[in-house]
Amino acid sequence: MFDDRSPIYRQIADRIKTEVLTEALKEDERVMSTNEYAAYYRINPATVAKAFQQLVDEGVLYKKRGIGMFVSPQAREVLRDRHRERFFTDVVDPMIDEALAIGVPLADVVRRIEGRDAR
Amino acid sequence: MKVEIDGLGLRYGETAALDGLTCTLDGGKIYGLLGRNGSGKTSLMSVLAAFRRQTFGQVRVAGEPVFENRRVTRRISLITHTGETTDIGTAEDALYFAEWLRPDWDGELARSLMDAFGLAPKAKVKEMSTGQRSAMGAVIGLAGRAPLTMFDECHLGMDVPSRKIFYDALLADYMDHPRTIVLSSHLIDEVAPLFEEVLILDRGRLLLQEETPALLGRGTTVTGPADRVAAFTAGLTVLDERRLGPTVAAVVYGPLDDARRREAAGAGLELAPVPLQDLFVHLTADPAGAPAAAPAGAPAAEPSGEPR
Repeated sequence: MFDDRSPIYRQIADRIKTEVLTEALKEDERVMSTNEYAAYYRINPATVAKAFQQLVDEGVLYKKRGIGMFVSPQAREVLRDRHRERFFTDVVDPMIDEALAIGVPLADVVRRIEGRDAR
Repeated sequence: MKVEIDGLGLRYGETAALDGLTCTLDGGKIYGLLGRNGSGKTSLMSVLAAFRRQTFGQVRVAGEPVFENRRVTRRISLITHTGETTDIGTAEDALYFAEWLRPDWDGELARSLMDAFGLAPKAKVKEMSTGQRSAMGAVIGLAGRAPLTMFDECHLGMDVPSRKIFYDALLADYMDHPRTIVLSSHLIDEVAPLFEEVLILDRGRLLLQEETPALLGRGTTVTGPADRVAAFTAGLTVLDERRLGPTVAAVVYGPLDDARRREAAGAGLELAPVPLQDLFVHLTADPAGAPAAAPAGAPAAEPSGEPR
């Protein structure tokens, strides 16, 4: 089983996911080859291949045999949904903890958010 | 080329450099061979390259014994830590000799690597600096394209820019011409990403063989208040513990699943991956002079271990 927390894997997977979310990589677009990624990051091509396979399993990429890896049509939606699910636990909760730890009243945080929303 | 090593021993007088080493390399991969000084890395590669004959046990490369077996040894190349060791003549002469020796020699690659490393063809090998000799070794090892190519710390004498050239050339040529490459190094974190599999030797035996990403996923540093770290790490293999006032950082070995990770986050503990170099230090640590044993969960002497 490939461990998706290993740092080398995360570098590649995060890069591709970010590119999909920001639409730098569009749906059905071909991603760089295993060898191109391996050369760029100076890592073993097998590691890249496993990172790609993991992204295929997650529905972010799909494989066309003999041609390469492509962005799934639903990739951006899948990633947005997943990030939304984790947004409160990964981003908002730690922010609240930090605010409380340094004595920033939550009312101030709420006001800031609302001010940003009104802009 | 497949490499099978079974109960391999090599003695120098009373000293056992290899002491019953068993492992299999399926071939077609880049292998990292790690171990402390005197762990047997050079001895193992010397036996594989038929530079030395083993005292006991067996070695088979592509199914055949290697010692005094020219059919196999011409397809095996070992570049030692001193780089190019032919002291006679110029760089050009050394390449000419290598071309004569190596059936798969690529002269064009050799010339382009000479350029990349800034090596002059007319330079005398004997007058070369350590770094230049290392670079010569790298050129001969890579351009030789031997189906089993071993580099024994050959990049240690190189400066940083030369090492980057070496890593890039190694990866590029491996991708174009897949073969079995074994690289030993003390610069662990620098070379670890190049390896598909890592073997760690300890006192002439195999301590661990594992795919690199899986091995990297096995080490985690748990940092937080001492009592909570102790509660979380109870029952886990703790390789190291460092304390700074009320805070403890414990290095645990073994995979942590998502549930355990959420539990750690809930307890306000920080989790961080452990660089291979640090993992290596802990796995090969020898506090009491006792033989290092693979910790529970470590697939000692098993090829590419899955967590069991």
